[in-house]
Amino acid sequence: MALRKAALLGAAIVSAGLIAAGTAQAQNEQFIPGLVYRTGAYAPNGVPFADGVADYINMINARDGGINGVKILFEECETGYATDRGVECYERLKGKGPTGAAYFSPLSTGITFALTEKAPGDKIPLLTMGYGRADSRDGSVFTWNFPLMGTYWTAANVAIQHIAHEWGGFDKLKGKKIALLYHDSPYGKEPIAALESMSKKYGFDFLQIPVPAPGSEQKSQWLQIRQARPDYVLLWGWGVMNSAAVSEAGNVNYPRDKMLGVWWSGAEPDVLPAGDKAKGYKALMLQHPAGKFAVHKDIDKFVVSQGKSLAKPEEVGQVLYNRGLINSMLGTEAIRTAQAKFGNKPMTGEQVRWGFEHLDLTADRIKQLGFEGMMGPLKVSCADHEGTRLSRVHQWDGKEWKVISDYYTGDDSILEPLVKDVAGKYAAEKKITPRDCSKES
Amino acid sequence: MIYREAGQYKVTYEADQAIFPIVQDRFAMLALLAIAFVAVPLLASEYAYRAVLIPTVILALAAIGLNVLMGYCGQVSLGSGAFMGVGAYAAYNLSVHLPFLNPLVSILLSGFVAAGIGILFGIPSLRIKGFYLACATLAAQFFGDWAFLRIKWITNYTPSGSVNAPPIQLFGVDLSSPTAIYIVALAFTVVLGLATKNLVRGHIGRQWMAIRDMDIAAEIIGVRPMYAKLSAFAVSSFLIGVSGAMWAFLYLGSWEPAAFSIDRSFQLMFMVIIGGLGSILGSVLGAIFIVLLPIFLNQALPPLGAVVGWQISTATVSHFESMIFGALIVFFLVVEPHGLARLWSIGKEKLRLWPFPH
Repeated sequence: MALRKAALLGAAIVSAGLIAAGTAQAQNEQFIPGLVYRTGAYAPNGVPFADGVADYINMINARDGGINGVKILFEECETGYATDRGVECYERLKGKGPTGAAYFSPLSTGITFALTEKAPGDKIPLLTMGYGRADSRDGSVFTWNFPLMGTYWTAANVAIQHIAHEWGGFDKLKGKKIALLYHDSPYGKEPIAALESMSKKYGFDFLQIPVPAPGSEQKSQWLQIRQARPDYVLLWGWGVMNSAAVSEAGNVNYPRDKMLGVWWSGAEPDVLPAGDKAKGYKALMLQHPAGKFAVHKDIDKFVVSQGKSLAKPEEVGQVLYNRGLINSMLGTEAIRTAQAKFGNKPMTGEQVRWGFEHLDLTADRIKQLGFEGMMGPLKVSCADHEGTRLSRVHQWDGKEWKVISDYYTGDDSILEPLVKDVAGKYAAEKKITPRDCSKES
Repeated sequence: MIYREAGQYKVTYEADQAIFPIVQDRFAMLALLAIAFVAVPLLASEYAYRAVLIPTVILALAAIGLNVLMGYCGQVSLGSGAFMGVGAYAAYNLSVHLPFLNPLVSILLSGFVAAGIGILFGIPSLRIKGFYLACATLAAQFFGDWAFLRIKWITNYTPSGSVNAPPIQLFGVDLSSPTAIYIVALAFTVVLGLATKNLVRGHIGRQWMAIRDMDIAAEIIGVRPMYAKLSAFAVSSFLIGVSGAMWAFLYLGSWEPAAFSIDRSFQLMFMVIIGGLGSILGSVLGAIFIVLLPIFLNQALPPLGAVVGWQISTATVSHFESMIFGALIVFFLVVEPHGLARLWSIGKEKLRLWPFPH
């Protein structure tokens, strides 16, 4: 009885202490948090990305001793793709390290929406590479969001460009039917505005088919597609929804080469479970392909061969793993850019934000970093937090992804008015005065 | 020894019918309120507010609401997540279409909207009971999921389906700091919790308990089942709706329909079951337990693993959370089916004698 009471008392004290305790912090370390999901319906895609993110940072620490001598302290927090857990992880990690978190990269549009409300108050930038709010490209309104390398409106536009290219010109789009099979969440709904505007411009029928989260049940949606017979199906899924879509397409015999997925629906976990049914399936690329490049040599040398990699050996070089590498590279380069201005010490969130906004990755620098062949030059500015609007298409041939197109550039004549409109509405709703980008340094 | 009623004579009916008839109880309650309103804001860190205190307080109100329905009236309900969502989206729509309304007023008014929807989905309870009612309320949950996604005017035609809360202020004073939000949420919970406590102690609460214990006998002695059941649904949905609006406005800030999914319903149900059905205190204790446990496990497991030299990955911690959570629920139901509130009242009984052995 006394022992039980003592145990309960001890547990209470320990738990109170754990919640209240801060951590002893080293002084010359930069803290980078990692919001990851290694469990749940989206884990198949979340795990390789998280592994890539962690491995690149470990490589920087092992090879260079950190960023200009400032070692990186990296900590993961499991969100399970749930907004409230993402918010809790954010609150827990935002103050860690001598200068707080450098940036947050939630890999979830839902969590991005929630953190977009909190990050400006806490002065921490959000790196939402290839996802997030499409209107956050407008840096004058969304000061703290950086959807580097591509937003969903760019993706939608590039997808239409590729389809037009396949059919021989934009005039061939008239009268055709293009369906969007999307994950019924903010992520899946993002491209709808851009696709509606393009359907008006180019004259194609735009059919919206939602799939309730998590998306493993799609039989009725594919029967609907079989009835409607669209000429092309754009897939905007994530996690198990992708492989389920490709499988179901095979089951109803919808030609896989008439399916084009967004860059988050075009990786190995999306096609391998479907087996032979996935052959011919195409997807957009967030510029980079699968495969190994110069940076992988360093990853192998400093992380994988030392047994410190979180990834399985076959994962290194896959699409999402490479994307994780690029994600960490963009973050660390932003910190490096900030250090060039503010000094070689741990950067605060505000300084890292400055670093993101002045990130200028030339082709030479990309080659130096080992990412040549994976991405093109990127230049961020106050008005343009996307940095670049390039994308291309790869196709699964049953064994690997083969790049089948040249680089397309997002058409700003369509995208820019849309961004200005929606970002303006957000600014009006939130009573934000947009910054004057011509005056920013 | 400390907790004896000897010498406390009540000479009026009011004194006898007080919520806390024993002076020690009243003192303890006032002390607790003082700690909650005064001491905690002085001592808590921002993380404690945002991750622990604010969600606990808001979900405690939701658990009180669900306890009214499940614990006091005996109607099984798996739709509480959807009712929280109704409250949240009602408050959002009020703030968008009637912008002159203070957000706190919107939160309160959203409860009435949720109460209306609750009455609507409570109508099946007049004919079915137990598991079948659970199915009907589960249908309410899925209907809510569908409605928030597909009915566009609920989200004000936003393209992404994700909506934002307005900034919280009162008479021009900005209330967006964690301390202010915590005080606001605590004020709502305390006031509405007190009102509910008085409701369940009055004739309406007795009607609910009569329906719960034996509804046919209750009907025979004159308790109108329709009035009792629908009023339980109404009051419960009001509280859950207000709590949902608070969850959206005060805690999340920006949310999508997945925030009010079936997982939320289950979470509330576990709070009520572990805390104790039919007890306001039980709802609060259950809320504290359910909110704190995952955070505690998340923080405690890696250091514990490090003690035995085992580097636990975040995925493993998450899996452990689910396992330990489930095991603890089963353990509680086996060891103390009446929940934490019963443990507390047993403790109170023993305190009456302590330190004298019986």
